[in-house]
Amino acid sequence: MTIGLAHYLAVAAILFTIGVFGIFVNRKNVIVILMSIELILLAVNINLVAFSVYLGNVVGQIFAMFVLTVAAAEAAVGLAILVTFFRNRGDIAVDDASMMKG
Amino acid sequence: MALQAIAFYLLAAVTVASGFCVVSARNPVHSVLWLILAFFSAAGLFVLMGAEFLAMLLVVVYVGAVAVLFLFVVMMLDVDFAALRQGFARYMPVGLLIAGFLAAEMVLVSSTVAARGAAGANAIPMASGGADVTNAEAIGRVLYTDYVYFFQAAGLVLLVAMIGAIVLTLRHKPGVKRQSVMEQMRRTPATGMKLANPKPGEGIGE
Repeated sequence: MTIGLAHYLAVAAILFTIGVFGIFVNRKNVIVILMSIELILLAVNINLVAFSVYLGNVVGQIFAMFVLTVAAAEAAVGLAILVTFFRNRGDIAVDDASMMKG
Repeated sequence: MALQAIAFYLLAAVTVASGFCVVSARNPVHSVLWLILAFFSAAGLFVLMGAEFLAMLLVVVYVGAVAVLFLFVVMMLDVDFAALRQGFARYMPVGLLIAGFLAAEMVLVSSTVAARGAAGANAIPMASGGADVTNAEAIGRVLYTDYVYFFQAAGLVLLVAMIGAIVLTLRHKPGVKRQSVMEQMRRTPATGMKLANPKPGEGIGE
C-alpha cells in the first residue's frame, strides 16, 4: 500500500496530542513541559515537511527550518530561566512560581 | 513500495512510542533519552519523505545540541523529581480528556479535508521525486535568494537567544577580581598619582 500524506499527518497529529497531554500531566516539572513543547514543535515540523513534499514546494521545508531555529532558541532561553529560577528558589516546581504576581 | 510502508510504520511507531515515554517516564534523564530517540526516528521519517537536509539538521541541532543541553540541565539541577510527580494521577483524567478532544478535532478536520479531495489519502507516493536537483540544493537555491532576509533574521534570533541565556545565567561572584578595561583607560596621571606632604617622623597613613 502507498504511504501518502494522510499517514504522515496522522503521525504528526498523534505526536502533537502526546505533547499537549504531557504538558497537562507534568504540570509541576518544567523540564518535561519544555520537552513536551519540543515534541509539539516536532509534530508541526512533520506537518510542514509532509505538505511541502506533497505539494512539491520546498518553501515548507524552509519554514520548518525556521521553526527548528526558534525551537532551539526557545529551549536555550527556557533552560536558562529554569537554571536562574532554581538558583533563586532551590526548586523547580512551577505551580508555586508566583513571585511576580502583583 | 512494501519496503517503504514497513519503514514508515516502524519509524512512526518508534516516534509515537518514544514520544509517549517522554511524557510518562519517571526520571527526567530517561525522558531526555526518549526524546533523543523520538528525534532520531522523526529524522528517519523526514528521510523517507525525501527531506534529507532537514533530517540531518534535526539530528545535528536536536540530538547534538538541544538534547545535550537538556541532559546537562537535568543532571545539574539537584531536584527531588519524585516530589514533582505528585499530581500525575490527579491531572491524568483532565489531560486525557483534553488530549482526546484535540485528537478528535484533528481527525475531524483531516477527514473532512481528505473527503473534499484537497489532500487525498494517497495521491502521490512520498518518495523523493525524480528531480535532477538534490534536496539540499533545492533548499539552498530558495533559501539564499528569496528568503535571505528571513535567514539572517533567524541568525539574529539565535544571537539574541544566546545573549539572553548568558545574561540570565551569568553570575558575578563578589570576591573575584576582574579586569575593568574602561577603568584602566580612564586612568590619567592626574587621577593615578597623589602628591603627599608628610611631616617628618609620621609617614603616610591611609
